[in-house]
Amino acid sequence: MASIFQRIGALSSSTTLDTKKFHLSSPRSLLERKVSFLVVRSDAAKINSGVNRIGGRAHHLVANAVATKADTSAESTASKSGHEILLYEALKEGLEEEMERDARVCVMGEDVGHYGGSYKVTKGLAPKFGDLRVLDTPIAENAFTGMGIGAAMMGLRPIIEGMNMGFLLLAFNQISNNCGMLHYTSGGQFKIPVVIRGPGGVGRQLGAEHSQRLESYFQSIPGIQMVACSTPYNAKGLMKAAIRSDNPVILFEHVLLYNLKETIPDEEYVLNLEEAEMVRPGQHVTILTYSRMRYHVMQAAKTLVNKGYDPEVIDIRSLKPFDLHTIGNSIKKTHRVLIVEECMRTGGIGASLTAAINENFQDYLDAPIVCLSSQDVPTPYAGTLEEWTVVQPPQIVAAVEQLCQ
Amino acid sequence: MALARRSSNLLKPLSTASSSSFLHRRPFSTDDTTTITVETSVPFTGHNCEPPSRSVDTTPKELMSFFTDMALMRRMEIAADSLYKSKLIRGFCHLYDGQEAVCIGMEAAITKKDCIITAYRDHCIFLGRGGTLLESFAELMGRQAGCSRGKGGSMHFYKKDACFFGGHGIVGAQVPLGCGLAFAQKYRKEDHVTFAMYGDGAANQGQLFEALNMAALWDLPAILVCENNHYGMGTAEWRAAKSPAYYKRGDYVPGLKVDGMDAFAVKQACKFAKEHALKNGPIILEMDTYRYHGHSMSDPGSTYRTRDEISGVRQERDPIERLRKLILAHDLATEKELKDIEKQARKEVDEAIAQAKESPMPDESELFTNVYRKGFGVESFGADRKELRATLP
Repeated sequence: MASIFQRIGALSSSTTLDTKKFHLSSPRSLLERKVSFLVVRSDAAKINSGVNRIGGRAHHLVANAVATKADTSAESTASKSGHEILLYEALKEGLEEEMERDARVCVMGEDVGHYGGSYKVTKGLAPKFGDLRVLDTPIAENAFTGMGIGAAMMGLRPIIEGMNMGFLLLAFNQISNNCGMLHYTSGGQFKIPVVIRGPGGVGRQLGAEHSQRLESYFQSIPGIQMVACSTPYNAKGLMKAAIRSDNPVILFEHVLLYNLKETIPDEEYVLNLEEAEMVRPGQHVTILTYSRMRYHVMQAAKTLVNKGYDPEVIDIRSLKPFDLHTIGNSIKKTHRVLIVEECMRTGGIGASLTAAINENFQDYLDAPIVCLSSQDVPTPYAGTLEEWTVVQPPQIVAAVEQLCQ
Repeated sequence: MALARRSSNLLKPLSTASSSSFLHRRPFSTDDTTTITVETSVPFTGHNCEPPSRSVDTTPKELMSFFTDMALMRRMEIAADSLYKSKLIRGFCHLYDGQEAVCIGMEAAITKKDCIITAYRDHCIFLGRGGTLLESFAELMGRQAGCSRGKGGSMHFYKKDACFFGGHGIVGAQVPLGCGLAFAQKYRKEDHVTFAMYGDGAANQGQLFEALNMAALWDLPAILVCENNHYGMGTAEWRAAKSPAYYKRGDYVPGLKVDGMDAFAVKQACKFAKEHALKNGPIILEMDTYRYHGHSMSDPGSTYRTRDEISGVRQERDPIERLRKLILAHDLATEKELKDIEKQARKEVDEAIAQAKESPMPDESELFTNVYRKGFGVESFGADRKELRATLP
């Protein structure tokens, strides 16, 4: 990460932007969380309406952390109307809009065409765009990933779907050596505007091989970008941004988040690939998370608020490169960091993030960074064991309490 | 030998030929298009297809250009050998001498809009696609004037405007990429084909069969060319492959076995393959060829094969010698003229090397360029908010 700073510092001639300007210039990230109704199916806990209040800057105890829906209906995102949508539908909407906009965008993967996608992300696209643009491939990850990269070298913009992220391990050579490196080794001649996407993460007793978190394996590949979506709003926005980007982007979805419901704007929007999302501003501690763990964190946040803490929750979204600007500003404010991730402990995203924060913001830290990650074990099948592999809200609460002592 | 048998035909004088020297007195040097028919040394062997005829039409101009180009390529590889030994080229350097006929014959049959992708033995193919000697040598030596700005090296030569897609280090990984190129050509309804080249060692890779299956399934205009030089680094083909008939490996995909040391056989086969691929989908070409050098510069090349074998092939099947005999038999040039062409090639190579040596090493800032493409598609800021990126396209 430091090297990126060196590079950008050396090349940039523009003035730095102060934090105030940052907050003003990205109103969306502040406003978007006014949308209220989330059906969170992933948690065993029976919460079915989570509300994130903006403006929790007060230090006083909050009696009732769960606000009613009434006060959030007035403010929504830029448009007053909007449409309610599930996360997989939001991904499909983004994909469809981009395919309509640019004829070079095509999808390839197993069962994406006639079957409609194993998670219905590409449902209805094959009849609309044809079999060549929504291509059903045989079960040959290595080869069809390579094919997508070759097509991208020729100017197309393919979206390669791994039915489960874990299957993309078979295509690791193509992703690492060809996708990530061709722009560099060709001296800039070829660009590889692919999007590699698929669901990963620990699901509901899917077994060890279908519950993998590949963020940690891909993160050191130079030349690629990684983003993780967590809500329908950012899923659609990140999908569109990833397709429009000229760099190879790996979009991590989560198996358990596909049925999240949210109201998203009717008009077109594209999100920023390298920006983190401020989920809940706070003062006491910065909690950095992404994907499904965001919901565990928000659940823990409710408990924490009841106990009198004021956590700042940031969904980092961009796993490579890290949005050190947002993260740094937060650390400068709170001086304490907790990372909650679903990745493995060893060599995971949290490990890299810890190193990056230590390198860049060490002076601002009042306590060592605490990183909660999944256990370094293959994901067991038994439900109880599986629960213990990932980070649960009580652990988050305990960690914050300890951190804030 | 095929050549001896047909010598009586070959020695028939051409209508416009005279016994004058090549450069000044012979009009063909610029525009003679008299057709000469050459017979390939061995017939083609087909698998699931009717092999093309052994008679190949060519012109004196083409014959001479084949010779000149091959001489240049041969000289370039020999020069790269000595540059490597004097430590100006480091790392891996895989030389193509002996196999020149494959790329020369292929280029003669296709256009610059047809795509070629190959593995790491790519210097001569780059040259065939229109790359310059300077770009080659500069890239080998890691200088700025190189085709990949010094950041790729021997195994990563690319030339986008000539549809040359490299230059890949991992054995076999370029074949799915090649099918992707063919996919894009089909997507865009272009009338062009892709030649995805690989070696006999890579022929045992699984991704090859995966890619072949998909290419056949969707009728992609992909031509898989196996440059069978009989050795996968140190392992002879009979020790690595149960069935070394690589052209038959496609099963339902037709295949053709070609004498890869005969530029005209290669030309005929590639022409045939291009027509086939545009109509019927993929086809496999197996080029029976040979490399004189070892697998790379760190391999002496004699621990797994005898020197007698190498010199035997050089005497009997060398592509340049074959051409030389053909040219002399057709009386298109004298011995001296051909030697002059080779001397000219040497001179060009030496000049290019000298020029390449003068090119500077890449600047330190180049370490970080071309990792990503700028412009992420939204009005956004860089990771540290110091650099404003491009706005929506």
